[in-house]
Amino acid sequence: MRGFWKLALTELKLYIREPIASFFTLAFPIMLLVLFGNIYGNKPNAFFGGLGFVDTSVPAYTAIIIGTTGLISLAISVASQREKGVLRRYKATPLRPLAFLGAQVITLYLMTAGGMVLLILTGKILYHLRFAGNVLNVWTGFTLSCAAFFALGFVLAGLMPTARSAQVAAMILYYPMMFLSGAAIPREVLPAGVRSFAKFLPMTPVVNLLRGLWNGDGWTGHGGDVLFLAGITLVFSLIAARTFRWE
Amino acid sequence: MSDQPVIRISGLRKTYGDLAAVDGVSFEVRRGEIFGLVGPNGAGKTTTIECLEGLRQADGGEIQVLGLDPRRDGPALREKIGAQLQESALPDRIRVWEALDLFASFYAHSVPWEPLLEQLGLSEKRNAAFGKLSGGQKQRLFIALALVNDPALVFFDELSTGLDPQARRSMWDFIRAVRSAGKTVFLTTHYMEEAERLCDRVAVIDHGRLAALDTPENLIRGLGAENRVVFSTEAPVDPGMFRALPGVTRVEPVGERTIVYGRDDRLVVEVVNALSLDRIKFRDLRTEQADLEDVFLALTGREMRG
Repeated sequence: MRGFWKLALTELKLYIREPIASFFTLAFPIMLLVLFGNIYGNKPNAFFGGLGFVDTSVPAYTAIIIGTTGLISLAISVASQREKGVLRRYKATPLRPLAFLGAQVITLYLMTAGGMVLLILTGKILYHLRFAGNVLNVWTGFTLSCAAFFALGFVLAGLMPTARSAQVAAMILYYPMMFLSGAAIPREVLPAGVRSFAKFLPMTPVVNLLRGLWNGDGWTGHGGDVLFLAGITLVFSLIAARTFRWE
Repeated sequence: MSDQPVIRISGLRKTYGDLAAVDGVSFEVRRGEIFGLVGPNGAGKTTTIECLEGLRQADGGEIQVLGLDPRRDGPALREKIGAQLQESALPDRIRVWEALDLFASFYAHSVPWEPLLEQLGLSEKRNAAFGKLSGGQKQRLFIALALVNDPALVFFDELSTGLDPQARRSMWDFIRAVRSAGKTVFLTTHYMEEAERLCDRVAVIDHGRLAALDTPENLIRGLGAENRVVFSTEAPVDPGMFRALPGVTRVEPVGERTIVYGRDDRLVVEVVNALSLDRIKFRDLRTEQADLEDVFLALTGREMRG
């Protein structure tokens, strides 16, 4: 795995230097939280099962970050590096494909986690965010969700010939998920018809799992979410391994 | 071991669908030489070089590069070679020093990259982003990347394409320095002048086949081409006065200009002597010699460009 850590560090720097990517990963979720937090506050509310708006939104917005990094950033970045010939240049070195892929994963994982931490800090400082869960459980659920979305992103990056088409495909998948899965809009607000359709979107189990774990659920009520996400991770990783191309 | 050729290919073939991009090419490259593969665009140069680098899988033939087969020992081979590719890029926002630091980390053995930046005149650009570099600076960075693992063999694919003539000349000096440091250089070019000035030996490739392989001097001499002496005079001169000179093959008056063709190395001396003897005032006298461009024309019946 020679070159892995240096590449991961470089990718991290490049991600932070990319203003659009870092805005949507780090700043945009905070802006959403502050905007709607100021409107709805974080008073316990029967509508959210005795929780406040911010208590449900912090884990839900985390799902938005996972979608941003996993689907959009990953697919565009890998497809564009291939289109421009960056991957070709790597291919002419002893760098192993697995080291390249691993460096992408760890970079996006750290960026996603960074976005989540900023979101939590904002919630704590401005809205007295409550946390009733277990840190290890939330972290595990977060990691599983990242794994599923990164696998999806790699498949998109492999199938789409150009950065442009990867971006379009990622947007087409991302926006309906963001609005229908309960990530951007609390699922309590969505009509029943939408919610039954949204059950099939990969972001829905992420929202359900993270909201549940954050607010004190155990794993037992979330077997379906875990199975859905583990299934996506497995199937799409296998597809990604077959569709990945250096050029 | 040191007498072993650095590259040995025999019957190399690579086809894309029905098209044979490389169709049975064989040659050897010796240790410490600058070996040039020349030919027009689409002749199979890049396909050949990429089969040697292990970037493409050859369909047939035997390939040995530094004693390894690129098809089987790709990672081990890439440790020992340097490659500047015809089409490649780096992320726009990566800085020059970061790119060198990153690529150095890919290899088991690498050299300090600061001296490389110095030699390539990039020291002032060490903190510049790749996307902000000029074409020539990018090209020099790619050369530095190709040398960061201290390779025994370096591949340059169309290195000087897009460079202005002055930058091209300093690039030639640099490549000679690379060779002087004990490395073998394998390059492709479609500039015949570059091949002639830079390469110890040149392989001419056309339609995926090897058309000729020798030193540039031998290729040109083998052509048996005529040299030309061209000059202008105020009044037309009698072509007959040159026909009797030793080595002259024909004379062509073009208005006030006269072109004397011949095979003798002393052609220009003979022509000047004849003019002086008859007290004919002349100006703009120059000699034109056959070059690799003529070799290519003779081998393929086509101009290199076009």
